[in-house]
Amino acid sequence: MRPRRQRMLFIGLVLVGMTAAAGFAYRAFQENAAYFFSPAEIAAGKAPLERPFRLGGMVVQDSLRREPGSLAVEFVVTDFAHTVPVLYERMLPPLFEEGQGVVARGRLRADGVFVAEEVLAKHDETYMPPEVAEALARGKEASGQ
Amino acid sequence: MMPELGQLALVLVLCLGLVQATLPLAGAALGRAEWMALARPTAAGQFVFAALAFGILAHAFLTNDFSVQYVALNSNTELPTFYKFAAVWGGHEGSLLFWITVLAIWTLAVAWSARAYPPEFTSRVLAVLGIVSVGVTSFTLLTSNPFLRLTPPAFDGNDLNPLLQDPAMVLHPPMLYIGYVGTSVPFAFAVAALLTGRLNRDWARWARPWTIVAWLFLTLGIALGSWWAYYELGWGGWWFWDPVENASFMPWLIGTALIHSLAVTERRGIFKSWSVLLAIAAFSLSLLGTFLVRSGVLVSVHAFASDPTRGLYILMLLAVISGGALMLYALRARYLEAEGGFKLVSRESFLLANNILLVIATGAVLFGTLYPMVHDALGLGVISVGPPYFNLMFVLPMLPLVLLLGIGMHAVWKSMAAAVLWKRLKWLAVGALVAGGALPWVLFGTTSIMTMLGVIAGLWVCAASLLDPVRRYTVARHLPPLTRAQWGMALAHLGVGLFVLGATVTSAYTVERDFSTRPGETLRAGDYEFVFVGLREVAGPNYDGIEAEFELRRDGELVATMRPQQRTYRVQQQTLPEAAILSGLHRDVLVTLGESLGAGAWSVRLQVKPLVRFIWLGAVVMALGGLLAATDRRYRQPVREPARAKAAGAPVPAEQRS
Repeated sequence: MRPRRQRMLFIGLVLVGMTAAAGFAYRAFQENAAYFFSPAEIAAGKAPLERPFRLGGMVVQDSLRREPGSLAVEFVVTDFAHTVPVLYERMLPPLFEEGQGVVARGRLRADGVFVAEEVLAKHDETYMPPEVAEALARGKEASGQ
Repeated sequence: MMPELGQLALVLVLCLGLVQATLPLAGAALGRAEWMALARPTAAGQFVFAALAFGILAHAFLTNDFSVQYVALNSNTELPTFYKFAAVWGGHEGSLLFWITVLAIWTLAVAWSARAYPPEFTSRVLAVLGIVSVGVTSFTLLTSNPFLRLTPPAFDGNDLNPLLQDPAMVLHPPMLYIGYVGTSVPFAFAVAALLTGRLNRDWARWARPWTIVAWLFLTLGIALGSWWAYYELGWGGWWFWDPVENASFMPWLIGTALIHSLAVTERRGIFKSWSVLLAIAAFSLSLLGTFLVRSGVLVSVHAFASDPTRGLYILMLLAVISGGALMLYALRARYLEAEGGFKLVSRESFLLANNILLVIATGAVLFGTLYPMVHDALGLGVISVGPPYFNLMFVLPMLPLVLLLGIGMHAVWKSMAAAVLWKRLKWLAVGALVAGGALPWVLFGTTSIMTMLGVIAGLWVCAASLLDPVRRYTVARHLPPLTRAQWGMALAHLGVGLFVLGATVTSAYTVERDFSTRPGETLRAGDYEFVFVGLREVAGPNYDGIEAEFELRRDGELVATMRPQQRTYRVQQQTLPEAAILSGLHRDVLVTLGESLGAGAWSVRLQVKPLVRFIWLGAVVMALGGLLAATDRRYRQPVREPARAKAAGAPVPAEQRS
């Protein structure tokens, strides 16, 4: 192939590849990008029902409940202004603790209970996910504390 | 006194770096040999003082000098000596000092072997490395000094993050850093070639072995990190598309493209722009990775420092270094002339496809990594992009890449008849199709289109990689033996095939279940029974814990006894599970002990993961292939010999094909 044709072929291939990739990326994004909502935003009705999103806040002290011997667990997440009950039926992550920040991925049921598919806790003592820290700060402001 | 000496050594590194970054460059431009000659001694001096600074920090750790803030924050008297040493790079400041030290080692290695290159080229390469060194060293001294004193000194340290107290963690960062920082070498070669204006094949030939070595360390570093996450985090996952993982994976993808592009530039004198741009991109992505990890925009186990000024500084460094290189490219692009053409069916075409697909995959990963940050910064809300996006967007370009790879390996340069390729490969293709279509179904009872495609692709690449070596030792003994470069290519691609097999089968056939269980009960997962024998208390050097005992049985017969633990580290009061893993080439079995659920019950996670070891085995085989390719004979010969021979019109020996 002559260099010119070679370059044309090259540019053509790149364009086709890029277009295809962009198309797929757009679709994959639509389906897989998960929004983050705080308890206040859920109380205001901003979060969708039965669609996956992430919930973040602080686990309320002494809110963790389980039937003795059962894997399923319930706890309450707060941003100091509002609260959301969370249901989770798998093993809790190692660093999960009451009174600490948490992010849960799952769906909101019509009765207001958040059914989590995955629970992420902090990685170490001092760390708080930035979106959780922000949600807590806004919640504190709203409740006038 | 010692820490102040360390800081002094670091200042000297900066001073020597300033000399190395300026005078040799000016000397090369003005033709002053004595200025150019400064490049090599300053490189040696930088190495000496960087190593000294690193040694002093290590000494502070080993002697429990808690008057140094960084030591107090990352170590403890109870920490085992082994981890005290690893803690040197366990935090932000120390890992930067390690970055500087590794850069100094690479620079020294280049300076050492640079006697074979023309002096004005060598001095420019070393000057570019000097610029990088100045950027990173000044960053360390201004924003992240590891030798900062703590007044009053701490009585005892804060301890190393328990997650990092692990043998793989001692090796993962050094490997990764050697690879990360190593991408600066092809970058320096590309920029030096642009500065010199002699954009022929020479720089590609010289840059190739360096690129391969950097790439192989990156491969090992990423594989170690994945392995660590697999057993230490205890969740059985081996890749999470965490932004920090992506940050190390993107330079790897571009580095892979660069290795292949350099091969074409060296052999055929084409793809020149492509090679230069990929070299710039690989290093820019390494710097971007450093920015992502260190700036605090990301939150993960890696992001131990969050300080906006640090992020801004790295971003500026990235703008200056990458922006400068790209500007230089724009000025010199018209000198990048292709020296020949090629036909559609030729090795060049396949390598072009390789480059395009790898760049697309990198683009998809980059987009998914940066988009949430941009979205948040624009005030559009906080979103996260999950693994399903990355899995889809990565597999889409990788599947054609892997299928084409099997053919491309057997194509020759310039032009060939498609019929010849078909004749050589048709039985392999049929075999891979039949075996890949049938085996998953026969072995596991279920299958899906994606699983079949993955297994077909994996078997196809393994078979295509082994074809040449096997032929040389059976039907084609009259042909000359394979060179190391050819062995390297075959092995590296075999590694790709093994990886594809492992990743496909593990993703499709992993069994994972959570249970609530009491001592005496028997659980099932996959083909295995797990008998919960009992619990006991254990104590380690710096932790207390609980250990469960499980008998692993298959068809009633005892396979192994597994003892997962739940450890509470004394200083940081963190409780972490230590999974019990029974590993085998064909499958891994994992038992993770969770928490007490009350009424005598405990939560337990059981996992059976077929072929998961192939993932890391594949990476190791790839790295081994890289090692063979990088130590090929022609890179060990005095480098200017072949160039002179070519200029004199002598034909290049046929076995130098690669």
